[in-house]
Amino acid sequence: MTITDAALLARDVHKSFATATRRVEAVRGVDLEVRAGEWLAVMGPSGCGKSTLLHLLGGLDVADRGTVELDGIDLGTRSESERAVLRRSRVGYVFQFYNLVPDLDARENVEIAAQLAGAGRRDARRRTEALFDELGLAGALDASVTELSGGEQQRVALARALVNQPAVLLADEPTGALDTDSARAVLALLRRAHDDGQTIVMVTHDHRVAAAADRILVMQDGQIRDERTLASADGPVLADLLPLDR
Amino acid sequence: MKFVFLALLAPGRTHGYELKRRYDALFAAVWGPVNIGQIYVTLGRLEKDGLVTPEAVGQDGRPDRKDYELTDRGAQALDAWLAQSDAVPLPKSDLVLKLVGASLRGTGDARSIIGEHRQHCFQALRDLDTAAADLEPDSVAGLLAQGNALHLQAELSWLDHCESVLGSGPLRLTTDDTTSGAVP
Repeated sequence: MTITDAALLARDVHKSFATATRRVEAVRGVDLEVRAGEWLAVMGPSGCGKSTLLHLLGGLDVADRGTVELDGIDLGTRSESERAVLRRSRVGYVFQFYNLVPDLDARENVEIAAQLAGAGRRDARRRTEALFDELGLAGALDASVTELSGGEQQRVALARALVNQPAVLLADEPTGALDTDSARAVLALLRRAHDDGQTIVMVTHDHRVAAAADRILVMQDGQIRDERTLASADGPVLADLLPLDR
Repeated sequence: MKFVFLALLAPGRTHGYELKRRYDALFAAVWGPVNIGQIYVTLGRLEKDGLVTPEAVGQDGRPDRKDYELTDRGAQALDAWLAQSDAVPLPKSDLVLKLVGASLRGTGDARSIIGEHRQHCFQALRDLDTAAADLEPDSVAGLLAQGNALHLQAELSWLDHCESVLGSGPLRLTTDDTTSGAVP
C-alpha cells in the first residue's frame, strides 16, 4: 500500500486480449494517479483502450502486469470474490446503456445495490429516496425502468452508482446514448457530485463533456498520449445553448 | 469593422459613445468590449471616405458633441456589403505553420505542439460554457457562442486526427516540399 491521497493509482498497467487470430494489447504501460475529489476525463479513438482501462481501474478486470490500487488497496492481490465486494462498496459504475435490471422498478434497482453492499433494508430505502429527490427523480421511484426515458434511466443508473458513496465513480460514455437535453442533465448531476467531493473517472468521445472535467487524458494505442489539466474557475455547468459533439 | 459601424448608424445618427454601447450590447459577451478609441479612429476614416458625416450638437455647459450620420454613399456602401457573398471561413492554420516551422527548425515535436494547442482549445471551450450560461440561444451573442463552440469542437477533433496520423516526432517534410515551394 502506498501512502497517498490518490483514490486510484495505476502503475505500468498492461492488459491484452486474445482474439481468434491474434493478441491485442489493449492497455500498454499506463501510469495514472487520480486524486481524491478529482474529475478525470479519458478520451481517444475507438479501440484505444480507454474502456479497458476503466474496467481495470474499477476491478471489473485484472491487469496482466502492473498494479492498480483502489482507495489504497492493491486489486491484483485480491481474489475475484474480494474484488466483487470492493466493487460493490467502493466503486460506482455508470455505463452508456444504463444496464438497469428490467424486472425491477427504479427504486429496487438502487436499493438492491445498497443492500448488496451491506446496507439494511430501511437504510437502503432511505438513501435511495434521498438520492431520487436530489437527482430530480422523486416521481419515478416506483416506475418500471422500461417505462422511463433514456435520460431518466441514466439518472437511475447514476443513483445506483452513488448510493454506496463510492470512493470512485467510473462512467463509460455516460452521455453517449442520450439526447442533448438529457446529456446536459446527467452532466449537471455529475458536476454536482463532483462539487460534493466525488472522485470521477469518465470515458467520453465528446470534447465539450470532457471540458467539464478537471483533467483530460488522451489515449491512443493503449497508451496515454497527452494529458491536460484545465484551470478550474468554478467548473462550468454546460450552457443550454451550446451544441454537444454528435 | 467599418461595416459594423455603418450598420450601427443605419437606424439614425448618433455619437461615438452610443455606438460603443450598441456594439457592446450585441457582441461584448463573446467578443469582448470594443475600444472607444477604435470607434473614433474608424469614424474618422469613414468621414474621410465620405461614408458618414458629422454634426456638432450643443450641450448645456459642456463642449459640443459630435453626432455621425450615414451619407447616401455610406448607405450604398453598406447595402453593397450586405449583398456581397462572404469568403468561405477556412482560415490558414497557425498550428500547421508551427508544425512545419518546428520541423524545419529541427526542434519539432508534433505531439507537444498539438498538446499545447489542445489545452488552449479545451480551456476556451470550458470558458465558453461558463460565459454562455446566461445567453439566449437566439441572441447575437448566443449565435456567436454557438459558432465558437462548434469551431472549437471541430478543431479538437482535428487535433485528435493530426495526432493519430502523425504519431510522435516531427511533421515529416520531403526535400521536395521544402525546395519546390509546396509548403502550405
